[in-house]
Amino acid sequence: MDWNVIISYLPRYKDALLLTLRIGWQGVLFALITGILCALVIYLKIPVLRQIIGIYIEVFRNTPLLVQLFFIYFALPKIGLQLSPEACGVLGLSLLGGAYMAETIRSGLENIAVIQSESAESLGMSKSQTFRYVIFPQALSSSVPGIMANVIFLLKETSVFSTISLMDLMFTAKDLIGMYAKTIECLTMLVVFYLIMILPVSILGNILERRLRFAEFGS
Amino acid sequence: MKQSLLEIKHLNKAYGENIILKSFNLKVEKGDVVVVIGPSGCGKSTLLRCINALEDIQGGEILIGGEPISRNAKNISTMRQKVGMVFQSYDLFPHKTILDNVLLAPIKVQKRKRNEVEKEALELLGKVGLADRKNDYPRQLSGGQKQRVAIVRALIMHPDILLLDEITAALDPEMVREVLEVVISLAKSGSTMMIVTHEMAFAKAIATRVLFLENGEIVEESKEPKAFFESPQTERAKKFLKSFEY
Repeated sequence: MDWNVIISYLPRYKDALLLTLRIGWQGVLFALITGILCALVIYLKIPVLRQIIGIYIEVFRNTPLLVQLFFIYFALPKIGLQLSPEACGVLGLSLLGGAYMAETIRSGLENIAVIQSESAESLGMSKSQTFRYVIFPQALSSSVPGIMANVIFLLKETSVFSTISLMDLMFTAKDLIGMYAKTIECLTMLVVFYLIMILPVSILGNILERRLRFAEFGS
Repeated sequence: MKQSLLEIKHLNKAYGENIILKSFNLKVEKGDVVVVIGPSGCGKSTLLRCINALEDIQGGEILIGGEPISRNAKNISTMRQKVGMVFQSYDLFPHKTILDNVLLAPIKVQKRKRNEVEKEALELLGKVGLADRKNDYPRQLSGGQKQRVAIVRALIMHPDILLLDEITAALDPEMVREVLEVVISLAKSGSTMMIVTHEMAFAKAIATRVLFLENGEIVEESKEPKAFFESPQTERAKKFLKSFEY
């Protein structure tokens, strides 16, 4: 291991990390919003929209991100929709993540016992109040482990961005290996930088999970 | 004629083919403590759920203070506020503190001011011996304590009638007592209640009226609860009460 090489590569890895993070957090944010909206539509059994979202979820959960990105990056311009590589990355992550988040949050919603809405309604709360103050907060908190797992999954999936010429971590490592053949240094740095990006999320997830764990101790 | 607090006229309730309540009639006056007993499946819990419009009904009418309560009516929120309900499994909101469990409905539904309701909430929690637990979460409380909070949560809405659905069925014997003592003091203060229970000693102590139900019908009704529990008139009630003796 050549430490001088590692030190000289640091700035490039740092830039790549920042790019990956920038696309990553936007993707995660939009994925979460998409997921919540889709889960709501399914939970509230809104006709037609619900079927459309069902198809969306199945398509995006059952195809690789790489394929989705190729579609967004190479096929959409053919119908006149040209997006920057970065926007493609965000869109790809949002759509893939949205499908995963929707499933996670939907199952969280469906796991809240019927008696919870009955006790809220018996106090005179309307259906929307019951949902806002009683059902949704509980569903969201019981979905936290699943949501955090999705976030970690999405951040790892960013490694396919290199294929649409985004200079993310994976791209940087491959590029440097190609130029200078310092394979061990480059790959070790790659692992370390992914850990720098994802470990804090993992730890945050554990903390959140512990703080929000009321449901499983019973009402 | 005087308006009854609760009047049930020819109530029919069925789950599909399965008929639960058949042309059920009942009048409850202010201050009544009506204890409903009967074998499981006799329709007693369903009866309470119908009164609170948690069930669709197939016929008849339920009037609270002369006004019909119905699941799909526009005024359902107003009507439900007149009927307090406490369930067997207490079902506090696990993501809210004890105080917030109690405050949620008065603030959101009745639009009362937080500091005014909070004062009342602490007073009521104090009466059931739980004022010092106001900042705890439901998971930190015992079953009996949770059930007392559930009673407070219903009371703070100032319901005209309180429905208690087997509220001690999920509790340890010692906790049963602490909960039932709260109910007894409510009865003494003149609250109108309808109570479904399997605690016969409690029923005897608290009831001003007893209904014995089987197959969705009143088999025996008594305004002399002491006499009913000592010598029921119908064979069926005799047999039922005997099953509690050893």
